[in-house]
This record gives sequence, C-alpha cells and structure tokens, in this order.
Amino acid sequence: MLSVDNLVVRYGAVSAVRDLNLKVGRGELVALLGPNGAGKSSTINALTGLVTPASGRIVLDGQDISRVRTEDRIRAGLTSTPEGRHIFANLTVGENLRLGAATRRDPKGVRGDIDRFLALFPVLSERYGQAAGTLSGGEQQMLAISRSLMSRPKLLLLDEPSLGLAPKIVERIFDFIGELKREGLTLLVVEQNARQALRFADRVYVVSTGTLRYEGPPAELADEHGLFNLYIGG
Amino acid sequence: MDYALQQLLNALAFGAEYSLVALGLAVVFSIMGLVNFAHGEIIGVSAYSVFLAAALGLTSPFVAVLLAVAAAALAAIAFERVAFRPVRYAPTTTGLLTAFGVSIVVQNLFMLLISPKPQSVSILNGLNQMWFVGPFAVSSLQVMELIVSGLTILALVLFLNRSTLGLAIRAASRDFATVRLMGIRANRVIATAFAISGALAGIAAVFIIARRGSVSPDLGFSLVLKAFVACVIGGFGSLAGAAAGGMLLGFIEVGLLVALPQEYGGFKDALTYVIIVALLVYRPEGLLGQRVELGDKEI
Repeated sequence: MLSVDNLVVRYGAVSAVRDLNLKVGRGELVALLGPNGAGKSSTINALTGLVTPASGRIVLDGQDISRVRTEDRIRAGLTSTPEGRHIFANLTVGENLRLGAATRRDPKGVRGDIDRFLALFPVLSERYGQAAGTLSGGEQQMLAISRSLMSRPKLLLLDEPSLGLAPKIVERIFDFIGELKREGLTLLVVEQNARQALRFADRVYVVSTGTLRYEGPPAELADEHGLFNLYIGG
Repeated sequence: MDYALQQLLNALAFGAEYSLVALGLAVVFSIMGLVNFAHGEIIGVSAYSVFLAAALGLTSPFVAVLLAVAAAALAAIAFERVAFRPVRYAPTTTGLLTAFGVSIVVQNLFMLLISPKPQSVSILNGLNQMWFVGPFAVSSLQVMELIVSGLTILALVLFLNRSTLGLAIRAASRDFATVRLMGIRANRVIATAFAISGALAGIAAVFIIARRGSVSPDLGFSLVLKAFVACVIGGFGSLAGAAAGGMLLGFIEVGLLVALPQEYGGFKDALTYVIIVALLVYRPEGLLGQRVELGDKEI
C-alpha cells in the first residue's frame, strides 16, 4: 500500500529524518514509535506533502507521489489526522465533518457517513451545531479522526492520537482505531504512548534522532527490554 | 427632519461603501495575512473598464454594472496569480511591499495609457437621481448603495456558511495547512477569496463612478485607506468586524460633519482618527477582533 524509500527530511542544516525506509501493507496497522523529536511527525508531514523531503521516494498503491501536491495525495486516498488534532475551531462540528468530505461528489453517501459517526460518537451529535473549539480534547480527537475518515481514505495516518488526553479517553480512541483496522482500513499510527499503540499493531518501527532503530513484530519489541526502555520507556 | 434624514442616509451610504471595500480587504487578509493595498487599483481597473467600454460605444448601464464587477473580479484574480502567488510563503512584509508595487504600477499604467487627468464617464449617471418619498427628497444612489451592500453582505454570509468552498475559506482563516489535508486545493481557496474581494470592489466602483461621473488614476487609493481603518476598528481579519467598522466609520465621519461648525469642517479627518485612537486604546483588538487563539495546536 505504502512504501517509503530512503526518506530524508531536513530543516536547514538539521536532519529530522535520515534515510528512513518503511512499508505499510494493505489492511495492516503499523506503529511508528519513538521519543519526542525522533522525526515521527516530520515523516508524517513528508508523507502528506506538507513538508518537502530533501530526498527519498514515497509510493502509494504503486504510484510515486513524492512530487505530488498535498491536495492530490489526499485525493489519491491518503489522509492524515494531524498532531494536536487541528480541528477547525471556528466551524461547527457538522461543518468540520462536511469539509472532511470536500473531495467527494456523492452527497447521499456523505450524509450517510456523517450519520454513522454521529451514531458512533453521540457527543458529536449533541454538539453538531456548536463551534468545534468548544469540544473537550477527547471529543476533538474523535471529531478529527471522523473528519479524516469522511474522505473515505485507503490509508489513514494518525499522528499522536493520544497527545494530551486522559488515559481513559486514550483507551477509547485506540478501541476505535482497532475497530477501524477490523473494518479493513490500513493505518500508520505515530505514537509516544507505546502500550496503546502496540495493542493492535501488526508491525512496529522504532525511530530515534531521525534513524530507524527497530523493525519487526510488536512481541519481539516487548521482549527486548533494553530497546523498549531506551527508546520508548514505560 | 428632512436634514436629519438626509444625514442619516449619508452616514449609511458612506458606511455601506466603506464596508464593501473593507470586507474585500478582510477576506484576503483573513486567509493570507496579506493587507492588499492594491485593492484600490482593483477598483481602478473596474472603473477604467467601464470608461473604455463607454468610449467604445457601450450605452447600457446594466451591462456597464456587470462589466464593472466582472472586471474587478478578474483583476483581483490576475493580481494574485501574477504578483502575490510567487511571494505567498514569503514574510508578510514582502506581501505588503508587493501590494504597494502593484498599486504603483497599475496607477502609472492608467496615467500612461489613458491620462493622468480625470476622465468623464456618464454611463452610470442615471443611477444618481432625486427620489421624492412623501415630503422627503432622497438620493436614489444612496438608497441603492444601502440595499445593494446589504444584499451583497447577505450573499457573502450565505456563501461562507453553506458552500464547501465558503467553509474552506473560513477554515483557512485559522489553519490553512489542515484545509489542504482535506484535499481542498489551496490555489482554489485563495483564488476564490480574491475573486470575492474583487467583486466587492467592483460593486463599490459602480457607486463611485455613478456619484463622481468621472474616473481618475488614484480613485481607489484613498478609499482603501479608509477601508483599512475600518478593518482596524472592526478587528483585522474579522469579516463581521470589517462590515461593522466600515459602518461605524461612515457614522463618525458624517456625525462630525454635522456636529462641527462650518469653519472647523477641516478638522473632520483629524477628529475621526482621534476617536479611533481612543477606541483602540480600550479595545486594541478592535470591535470584533479576537485575541490570537493559540488553543491546543502546539503543546
């Protein structure tokens, strides 16, 4: 589904990502773990095209999208729920969801999807006409993921979905992520919260200071205590 | 009574015109952070298009109005494409200087290609008549200015709240990168904002031509300064603030004109700015502006 070869991201003289190779297969949930500043968000931003990589190749479904604009990558079926949620605070919950479906031309299907997320997250239904900025952090994350799904992506990138949320809410969000995987969605989840991310992950990549440190199944990562503690911590 | 009504209508008409032009500035500023001081030249292009069409034999005022609005929208799109797009990601001062550059170039083109002197345009004079409502004489132009501005603002509000592109413009005013993550083309959002801004300027141009009966190279410039002030009063970037600020500015100006004795009339502008400065001391973010909302974007 997604294959990243020799990705390099630089900000001026600072290398945020060095020679990263990464693959996500169809229907897989892949976790990209690592401490703060490891280059995880830079990788995601390079994948969506919001940051231009210094070099490397990004292939989505057999199509090289390295030089494709962000908007067209989204249209090609990739989408991302950014770190910090970035809901449109000045728009209502409903308007946020509608914008998520901006690329679609089937109003009935869009309406159906909106109803589905409102049923799934009743709080969004209660606050449908309210400014999304008035939602709590957890509610905003539910809205942000729902908004991403409104474009019916093939591949969803989730950047730190647990950031700033209470443990109970984080568990709820990850239950939903597991649900999405069962429905057949392909996901790449970037996290600092390794325990939650490993719950449903098929494979794990660990990065630190822009370099890949581990690649493999989550079970082995948990076994190798040294690595786990060194790069991720409890 | 007649005098009071006349002055009220004056204030409303001036306010409506300032609001239209201020809204044009605010739409672009809200999503790009660009204060487009070339906005006056969009009004200029619109006015000179009508002048040229009339000189070439156009006689229908109706067509002239459509032409004015279309020319302004196209000019705004062209300015964006040629001048502002290349500096979109540059620091805001670069955009500001670019806008001044465009303004100077276009004004000079009017002077070189047409004339530095005002040129008479009479095609829209028919809009400016005296209407007698009961015992009152009112200017048809001012009544139309008020009604058309009101309808335009209503249409703008509907567009921004109902259409996907309108929602995208509102969203982009806070978070452009995430709008792109929705698969919405940044160029399209910005071009639409400029087209709206231009169309508003075109409507203002129609009223200016009808009132003055002439066009001159600098006809939009002083109006844009007023609109800029209106935006500051209302809170820069806030669309409702721009409309309210424009209206308030109209009322302050006409109010001072009425209140000041004839021989002190020259102090009108100075006193206007004194009032605005006093207002900003108490509300530095403007009437409807918001303090920059940092929210939880970065933690």
